[in-house]
Amino acid sequence: MSVIITFQKYVRPQSLEEAWELNQKKRHRIVAGMMWLKMGKHSFGTAIDLCDLGLGEIEETENEFRIGAMVTLRQMEKHPGLAAYSCGAVEAAFKDIVGVQFRNGATLGGSLWRRMGFSDIVALFMAMDSYVELFEGGVVPLEEFVNMKYDKDLLVRLIVKKQPGAFAYQAVRKQRTDLPSLNCAAAKLGNEYRVVVGSRPARAMMLRDEQGILANGITEESAASFAEYAASTVPVSGNMWGSAEYRKALVPVLTRRTLMALGEVL
Amino acid sequence: MNRPDYQSVGKSVRKKDSLQLLLGKPVYTDDIVPDALVVKLLRSPHANAIVETIDTSKAKKLPGVVDVYTWEDVPNERFSNAGQTYPETSPYDRLIIDRHVRFVGDVVAIVAAETEEAAEKALGRIKVTYNVLEPVLDFRAAKDNPVLVHPEDNWHMLCDLGGDNTRNLVGGTADSDGDVEAVLADCDIVLERTYHTKAYNQAMMETFRTFTQLDRYGRLHVISSTQIVFHVRRILSNALGISKSRIRVEKPRIGGGFGAKQTAVCEVYPAFVTMKTGRPAMCIFSRKEAQTCGSPRHEMEISVRLGANNDGRIRALAVNTLSNSGAYGEHGWATVGLTGHKSIPLYTGSLEAFKFTADVVYTNMQPSGAYRGFGATQGQFAVETIVNELAEKLGIDPIVIREQNMVREGMAMPAYYGEVTNSCALDRCMERCAELFDWKAKYPVREMGNGKVRAAGVGMSMQGSGISGIDVGSVTVKLNDDGSFMMLIGAADMGTGCDTILAQMVAEHMECSVENVSVFGADTDASPYDSGSYASSTTYVTGMAVEKACTQLKEKLCAIAADVLECKPEELQFEDGCVLRESTGQKVSLQEIAVKSQCSNREAPEATAMHSSPVSPPPFMVGMAEIELDRETGVVEVLNYAAVVDCGIPINPALARIQVEGGIVQGIGHTLMEDVTRTATGKIRESSLFTYRLPTRLDTGRINVEFENSYEPTGPFGAKSIGEIVINTPAPALTQAIYRATGVWHRELPILPEHILLAKPEE
Amino acid sequence: MEIKIKLNGKMVSDDIPADMLLIDFVRAHNCFSVKRGCETSSCGLCTVLLDDQPVLSCSTLAARANGHSVYTLEGLQEEASEFVGFIADQGAEQCGFCNPGFVMNTIALLRENPDPTDEEILAYLSGNLCRCSGYVGQQRGIRNFLNSRKAQEAERE
Repeated sequence: MSVIITFQKYVRPQSLEEAWELNQKKRHRIVAGMMWLKMGKHSFGTAIDLCDLGLGEIEETENEFRIGAMVTLRQMEKHPGLAAYSCGAVEAAFKDIVGVQFRNGATLGGSLWRRMGFSDIVALFMAMDSYVELFEGGVVPLEEFVNMKYDKDLLVRLIVKKQPGAFAYQAVRKQRTDLPSLNCAAAKLGNEYRVVVGSRPARAMMLRDEQGILANGITEESAASFAEYAASTVPVSGNMWGSAEYRKALVPVLTRRTLMALGEVL
Repeated sequence: MNRPDYQSVGKSVRKKDSLQLLLGKPVYTDDIVPDALVVKLLRSPHANAIVETIDTSKAKKLPGVVDVYTWEDVPNERFSNAGQTYPETSPYDRLIIDRHVRFVGDVVAIVAAETEEAAEKALGRIKVTYNVLEPVLDFRAAKDNPVLVHPEDNWHMLCDLGGDNTRNLVGGTADSDGDVEAVLADCDIVLERTYHTKAYNQAMMETFRTFTQLDRYGRLHVISSTQIVFHVRRILSNALGISKSRIRVEKPRIGGGFGAKQTAVCEVYPAFVTMKTGRPAMCIFSRKEAQTCGSPRHEMEISVRLGANNDGRIRALAVNTLSNSGAYGEHGWATVGLTGHKSIPLYTGSLEAFKFTADVVYTNMQPSGAYRGFGATQGQFAVETIVNELAEKLGIDPIVIREQNMVREGMAMPAYYGEVTNSCALDRCMERCAELFDWKAKYPVREMGNGKVRAAGVGMSMQGSGISGIDVGSVTVKLNDDGSFMMLIGAADMGTGCDTILAQMVAEHMECSVENVSVFGADTDASPYDSGSYASSTTYVTGMAVEKACTQLKEKLCAIAADVLECKPEELQFEDGCVLRESTGQKVSLQEIAVKSQCSNREAPEATAMHSSPVSPPPFMVGMAEIELDRETGVVEVLNYAAVVDCGIPINPALARIQVEGGIVQGIGHTLMEDVTRTATGKIRESSLFTYRLPTRLDTGRINVEFENSYEPTGPFGAKSIGEIVINTPAPALTQAIYRATGVWHRELPILPEHILLAKPEE
Repeated sequence: MEIKIKLNGKMVSDDIPADMLLIDFVRAHNCFSVKRGCETSSCGLCTVLLDDQPVLSCSTLAARANGHSVYTLEGLQEEASEFVGFIADQGAEQCGFCNPGFVMNTIALLRENPDPTDEEILAYLSGNLCRCSGYVGQQRGIRNFLNSRKAQEAERE
């Protein structure tokens, strides 16, 4: 038996309101997929499980995807609509996350809420026109959400607006299913280019083409120039998955490569 | 040679336990034992400290806590946890709990509780004050350091092997032949290089675990996941101060060992609890404990001087090894010997002189122990890499340079105790491997575009087959009531398949089917004494015991059959699975003998035989690796690995092949992704499988294994060992491939992508 | 708390601590095939099928499985027996400790994708660590099983 996580009570709220109310209490905690939570030692009073709230569905409409907080990574990875819209970037970003069983357990909500710097999920969706729907805080752009402080709100779903565009995703790992040493998502949304660099290891950071480097499209030269811009703009530091020096060297490489990959699906 | 008329030997029969394992039956320690007290260990947060005060009163008062033990409760008699033949070459440097804690994770207290929750809670309620001492965390500065890891008076060794606790020395060794300095001075080229390998973790899927209880005679009954039941019995006897006759140790199925379970890492704790409480007790190491308080490979720094002529002739090798034993000395002296004795002899073909010196030092780090390859792995990484460096420097193909210098059949190896290679197909392994791998096409560096480059490297290897003059293997073979056979062994199948392999041998000797041979083991109450399964010994050493036992059994069966036929035993012979009286053509079947053996019979239809070998014939192997290296990220992908092995005659080719594949993948892990680093205070960072990255099935590439048979006259059916040699070639082969792709020799393992990307080319 | 789980096809109810993990629940109900190899959701040894999806039982609350179906290898002996012999023929089971998780995830793979490519097999099983076999023998076993099944199907047609 494992006693790494301990709590005394387990509840499945039957409405979002109830879930939110419960979550305001001391020593109450939402458990999502439990993948990351389980890695530390935690002790709390009541576990709140959102599994009865119907948040396990991906809804696709003409204009957007609405992805419930309890949707698993594996559901997203296998969703034909997301695959088509992301040009395969969802699968590219998710396939090396530990293994199928892990991705059947890990949830979107758990992944987004923690806002972990290494997150392939955060990096990818930041490159899209994504919004987080919070029970209390309403709809917030993901880019904004990742820099918000942890609070007692409730993440209900992710909304991805189907802007006409294309996406690419790449990561560098020292072993195939390890956390990335650096990851990068690139997008063209309408006329806007976005490059998101994650696992710096701080939270993912978005670059926009404010200088118009890519204004005439993605070429070897423009991708290289943008990569230089990324290298001079993206701060990195070191941890077990890569030293600052290594990450510094990877930023332009991965930026250029992901942009070139984006060029291929444009 | 490999006789085509063998019925059971040389066949890829399924392992006897295969379907039990594959269908998930309860066969491991934690699956089969009754409820027991949960034993947990409070571990030191300091690398070097004295327990000043320890207050367990609050912990003891918790509901469900049965007792808490500290250094005050244990015997003050030192012992060693090493699973080695007595008298061990490892120092007696342990107490069950020592007041002086010597690494982050050393045991401070033992908690026994009714539940895991209570035990965990109790750990948090023990109050300890430490007198924190300066630790020795640099193994290069350990020898003669003013800080002593073992300052105690009752530290001792059973043999004089250079160990000296007043100098932080676990042991030392030296060997030489010829005048190395003179030959080096005469060489056209002398290379001098230093290599560094880390304390890799065996990371067997089942962590250490032991169950103990008092049996119906009040004896200590131990069920443990161990490779060494008899050594565990001795270790517990030493540690607890009770007679061996009061202890029974058995092993069920084992979830992997690779040498980790050749040390009694966790047995003493539940055993102590059972002796104190009289109650069943169980200790299961968490993965974190297995990673940080286990018995990993010895970290080593190996300096090599190689002298050669410009034509590629390797004339002299001088190897100096510094081995980091950590806080305790298990297997330290034994391991370091192989760094020279199993690397230098590979070049017996041309060597004129060699010198090998080594020191093993204590530090305040996780104690090391036995891990598949056992020093040979580290030594061969150094020697094989310096030979590759020589080849690249001289512009000679590394295969050609090896063919020029390698040991061949019939040669006496001065660096391997003068042993002669009775069987050696290393030359054929090299030739075949080059073909299989397509060396000519893959050795040249190939640019693939987008920063990617393909390159290849090679390494060769030898190991031993058992410890010559020391290891003993024993079996008992019995005829059952119905004419089938039962074999009792003390060797430990840890997934390797030795139960099946030995049964194949019995079947071959007794001319019956493998299904007709049941296997039992290992249990100190029932098995004949065997040193256990380590040092690549079981097939070779215990296999010869099978041969002897079967020969004796045949004689006994003839004696019983003589009673049936009322003739003299000399008239009879064992043939075609029954006893034949040639003069009359009369036959007595095994069933008839079995029936007779139960009625008015004076000859037990069983035989026990023991074997020990004065030699340890090396298996040989060649491995070649092809990688694709990304020069812009440093990421290395293994594309192809080809290996050809000479293990004499493989008794079970399928199982031999899996050994090779599994060993190669472990070697790939050590070379490319598994790392061990420490904080400034000596804490291991890679303390889980989340941070200590084992290769997944996406990291292995294509692996292609073949065998080049030789025939070892001293081995059973011509067999030699296979279990360890298989881990040795990836490090040198991949290191060379990385050099070919980047122009940089990485002399420290692992070689991570960032090391590759950030490395500066050498002058 | 009181929970009801359909374990290997049979309804099981039990009063459990709220924080009990599914691995401990199934082992407490004699499903000893389910093994713990790590504490960090890294090894795949504890794989069970939760509503037919392979999940890590070490990272799943037993309470989450309340009202759902859980299968362990104990309940899928027949389905496993179709192919594990092919692994045994390779000797690739080795120590066996990772086998139940590997077999369970292979069952999930073959249900989802009855005719996978080699790459699909590797990708699906990448979360199942094995320290003994080097994986390639497991791969050969699965491939041989698929080939033999195809040959049998072809014969039938």
